[in-house]
Amino acid sequence: MEVYLDNNATTVVDPKAYEEMKPFFCDIYGNPNSLHKFGAGTHPKMVEALDFLYEGINAADEDDIIVTANATESNNTVIKGIWIDKILNGNKNHIITSEVEHPTITATCKFLETQGVSVTYLPVNEQGVLEASQVKEFIKDETALVSIMWANNETGKIFPIKEIGQICKEAGVAFHSDATQAIGKIPVDVQDCNLNYLSFSAHKFHGPKGVGGLYVKKGSEITPLLHGGEQMGGKRAGTVDVASMVGMGWAMHLATSTMALAYEKNHVSKLRDKLEDAILELPETIVIGGKDNRTPNTTLISIRGVEGESMLWDLNQQGIGASTGSACASEDLEANPVMNAFGSDSELAHTGVRFSLSRFNTEEQIDYAIQAVKNAVTRLRAISSSYAYAPKSHHSGL
Amino acid sequence: MAKNDLISGSIWDEYSNQVVNRMNNPQHQGEITEERAKELGTKLIVADFGAESCGDAVRLYWAVNEKTDEIVESKFKSFGCGTAIASSDVMAELCVGKTVDEAVKITNIDVEKALRDNPDTPAVPPQKMHCSVMAYDVIKKAASEYKGVDMESFENEVIVCECARVSLGTIQEVIKLNDLKTVEQITDYTKAGAFCKSCIKPGGHEDKDIYLVDILKDTRALMEEEKMKEAADASENGELTFDKMTLVQRIKKIDSVLDEDIRPMLVMDGGNMEIIDIKDNIPHYDLYIRYLGSCSGCSSGSSGTLYAIESVLQQKIDENIRVLPI
Repeated sequence: MEVYLDNNATTVVDPKAYEEMKPFFCDIYGNPNSLHKFGAGTHPKMVEALDFLYEGINAADEDDIIVTANATESNNTVIKGIWIDKILNGNKNHIITSEVEHPTITATCKFLETQGVSVTYLPVNEQGVLEASQVKEFIKDETALVSIMWANNETGKIFPIKEIGQICKEAGVAFHSDATQAIGKIPVDVQDCNLNYLSFSAHKFHGPKGVGGLYVKKGSEITPLLHGGEQMGGKRAGTVDVASMVGMGWAMHLATSTMALAYEKNHVSKLRDKLEDAILELPETIVIGGKDNRTPNTTLISIRGVEGESMLWDLNQQGIGASTGSACASEDLEANPVMNAFGSDSELAHTGVRFSLSRFNTEEQIDYAIQAVKNAVTRLRAISSSYAYAPKSHHSGL
Repeated sequence: MAKNDLISGSIWDEYSNQVVNRMNNPQHQGEITEERAKELGTKLIVADFGAESCGDAVRLYWAVNEKTDEIVESKFKSFGCGTAIASSDVMAELCVGKTVDEAVKITNIDVEKALRDNPDTPAVPPQKMHCSVMAYDVIKKAASEYKGVDMESFENEVIVCECARVSLGTIQEVIKLNDLKTVEQITDYTKAGAFCKSCIKPGGHEDKDIYLVDILKDTRALMEEEKMKEAADASENGELTFDKMTLVQRIKKIDSVLDEDIRPMLVMDGGNMEIIDIKDNIPHYDLYIRYLGSCSGCSSGSSGTLYAIESVLQQKIDENIRVLPI
């Protein structure tokens, strides 16, 4: 059996979204900017897709949702746009973000630091969550932007976006959230959280890869990252990938309906909990960041004595796809920055394995995965030097 | 960057079949008990290296025949990724049948080569080379415990790049011999820094005691110092040739010849000249000058006068001097 449990990395395209995309490859292929009927023929479905995007995050009609290539582009557009609008052309020179943001935020901020921008990277607490009060503490007159993720990609922990939005509103500072891991898992309402900008990627909620979105509240400054055309109201040049846009719209629609979110909350979380509880029955295992306040599909588990990449290797041999940010699986070999950032036991930093489910997983798959995990743990702990000789007491959570 | 670098693949695809097989089914995984060691008539040695917090930890067991120093049996336990487990497995295997003194000569290069499917293709991607280093280190730890000596006593040289086993002395020598000026050149000449890259500069996945950037800087400074000392000694001994002079000495030497043989004639005509710079342009020494006073507009400055100046300097100082008015 093959079981895909790496849905925070990417997801299967929903068959309905795929069906809606298909006509735009060979049948309705005109350039949407052309005047003739071949181009204009794309418009009805593009409008429908846009409507779905607006509904999905509750954007107002006068706001903009720019279709981009992915959340990476959306995040770069916001942060570099702020740099151009408010930092190069004004007297504000400070950005606040967190230590556990996706690299599309932290790496962009690091780049801006080389250009003289001051960036505050706020730490998270021992549950892996940013406390809104910290944002308030570090906002100053020079702060141009606060950028905080909605939910963490490794742990699934949900951040207090509404509270941070209120703080930013009171301070008069622009607020951006990368909601890539939140959409389709929990309700996302931009009007409820005083957001100026919000980023997302379609492939995280069963849409196609290579397309994403950037919400820009009416009146919020945005400088295009791509120049050269009048597409997307002049805010993102380049011929729109109509098929992808349609796929994203439908994926958003299918993922954010009340029924879909209820399914995530009740059924996906039930499968996640079943998997998690079964692994936690093994000695010396913990849920990193604890069990509370998470997206319904994600668990990051430390299995003492089992190095992350070894675990992935063994799971892969048994047909299971999972993930780890731990050292040896990545190019830079650093320990998982998220686990390091919230101060977990340094010995755990190389043992985390992330399982992220989707509505396409079945109970049968989870039963199989549970057995596969147990097989892998048994084998790797038999080899492990650290587990065999330095056992610690059983933990149920941080 | 090139075509093959644009789409990065899974690092697992770069593991040799040997790595895969040993990861899936390590042959020497396990432990040796006191009872087993006694049964073999051997001394049990247990050595630990690395730490779980660093991502890699290995425990090595040896059953050693104390009469012959031969390692009769060798087992390991390992916390680490697939390549760490595979490296530990082959390391334990390489120890069997060797004396302790022979075993400490097993390097991480030997471990990595033993994991290759064919001699020309590395067994692991560059960023995984450090896993075999740990296997090498634990051998030294076991040997030090067997012999009751310090682990460092097995290392005659300071190893800067553990992946490629390149010593500090080798790097310094190569910089000097080849007048290397960049870290990339050091890597081209020695392979140091070509693998996990931790030894190039701070910030890699492992902290090092010494980095290539510092070695280059320090060695270049030492070379300059040695060059000056050589120039001073040669001057003191009256053996100072133009090629061994420092820049200041060269300017002084040229100025003295100019003062004696050239400037008086130029001054008589209401002119003069100054030295702007001297650059090595092997085999030549290019002397950049500027004419002053009436010489600055004189047509002879680029013909007769110039040839006269160049000729005098070539005769009295070095035949490779070229004079370039600006």
